[in-house]
Amino acid sequence: MLTFDQVSKRYPSGKEALSGISFAMQAGEFAFLTGHSGAGKSTLMKLIIAMERPSTGQILFNGENVNRIAHSRVPYLRRQVGVVFQNHQLLFDRNVYANVALPLEIGGHRPSEIRGRVRAALSKVGLADRENHFPITLSGGEQQRVGIARAVVNRPSLLLADEPTGNLDPDLSRDIMDLFLQFNQVGVTVVIATHDIALVEQLDKRRIELDQGRLRESKWQT
Amino acid sequence: MANLTPSGASISRQSLADRIAAWGRHHRFVSQDALLRLLDTPLAAITTWIVVAIALALPIILYLLLNYAGTLRQDWDGSPRISLYLHSGVDERLAADLTSRLLLRSDVASADLITRQQALLEFEQHSGFGDILNTLPDNPLPALIEISPVATDGGDIRLLVASLQQEDWVEEVIYDADWMLRLFTMLELAERLTLTIGIVLAVGVLLIIGNTIRLTIENRRSEIEVVKLVGGTDGFVRRPFLYLGFWLGLGGALGAWLVVQLSIGYLSGPIERLAQSYRNDFALRFLSIEETCLILIGGSFLGVVAALLSVGQHLSRIQPQ
Repeated sequence: MLTFDQVSKRYPSGKEALSGISFAMQAGEFAFLTGHSGAGKSTLMKLIIAMERPSTGQILFNGENVNRIAHSRVPYLRRQVGVVFQNHQLLFDRNVYANVALPLEIGGHRPSEIRGRVRAALSKVGLADRENHFPITLSGGEQQRVGIARAVVNRPSLLLADEPTGNLDPDLSRDIMDLFLQFNQVGVTVVIATHDIALVEQLDKRRIELDQGRLRESKWQT
Repeated sequence: MANLTPSGASISRQSLADRIAAWGRHHRFVSQDALLRLLDTPLAAITTWIVVAIALALPIILYLLLNYAGTLRQDWDGSPRISLYLHSGVDERLAADLTSRLLLRSDVASADLITRQQALLEFEQHSGFGDILNTLPDNPLPALIEISPVATDGGDIRLLVASLQQEDWVEEVIYDADWMLRLFTMLELAERLTLTIGIVLAVGVLLIIGNTIRLTIENRRSEIEVVKLVGGTDGFVRRPFLYLGFWLGLGGALGAWLVVQLSIGYLSGPIERLAQSYRNDFALRFLSIEETCLILIGGSFLGVVAALLSVGQHLSRIQPQ
């Protein structure tokens, strides 16, 4: 469902963030994207949702050529991908419910459907009782969960997470990771960028390792 | 939890009717939300509205005054007139005789005699100096024959004027075309000036509203980024700002309407008296329903145009990082 073919990304500054990346993900797969900070993990994720365009190479997602996607098609691409951001990207002027409902409102769903789906997503991440709270009153871990609820509420086929456990202690990290595993079990393709090697090694999953913009090792899980 | 089961690559499809309904819902929500946000900072909102109102009201008032001046031009039928002031020695019978003789001329279309008594009567009625005339022993006003020439060309008329000046019963010939022309040139100048001022102020309104929207876009930058990240289309992102422009324009137009109506109320008394003194029953009237609608629609339209310009310029720069 997701294919990178000889993808390179060179920034105008001349820095080559990614060079010659090729890999493929099947629908329903779970993969870690690892590497030091600056290895190109974030760039790779940005390429998938067309926040950045590759300098060369080709990216296919659900049969669509992402590197040549028209500007007007980008929103529809992003609706198929749930993204959990390291800095959460929550809106602090609206409550938890409104934050999670945003993708559905953008998608133009019926209010009754929005209500049902937001409640389901919030109870899945264990925040059913917080829907009227404002993000600022929540802990870092809870904010991360709101971000996850928002990422999955639109039932994406692909879930991307950029350092979702970055600032959390090991127990909380494990809880968050379990959440991603649960989504994967019901069929969502999941890619998690992390430098938390200890956590990655606990789970026997495919690992895509980046080193200074190059693919170093890809452990396939069958 | 059944709700969360992903549907894989197939995004839940919506019918066209559903999409239209959602679109309508969003418009309703966003229009209300834009107004509420605007009223959240009442001082800033009112300031912008007042500035827009003044910028719109000024050209409207100028236009109305010009319209009034325009009615003067309509009263004048466009044909030049020549006034022949008769010597004081010419008595009424001779004057009537001269008038009929003038009418026989091929270069005179009409000739009307205004006798000394008629002139006195008119003067008393319209000048307001009737009392002064009463103190005089004698009627000081001369008799007068008003002529419309057949010719419309300035040169031919001047020939007629010259030939009439030769007549020994004529004291003075006054040809009014010169000052009328001057007046109309001035009116035309005033019209163009009003148009210029209107355009300049409309551009000012565009800039004022555009700038307010630019600031709002800056304030809501993080929201715009997040909306773009989770799949908001350009139209979705743009919508709140277009409505903001609409409300700013509409509020400004309402203010302008109020300013204009108040000004008309304040100016109508003196203008009516002025008009009466010129034998004109013109009265400044309040704006009609149609004119009110036109002002409101025009103001809202300006607001939306300003928003479109501002959004086009600033929104594309905001991309999620």
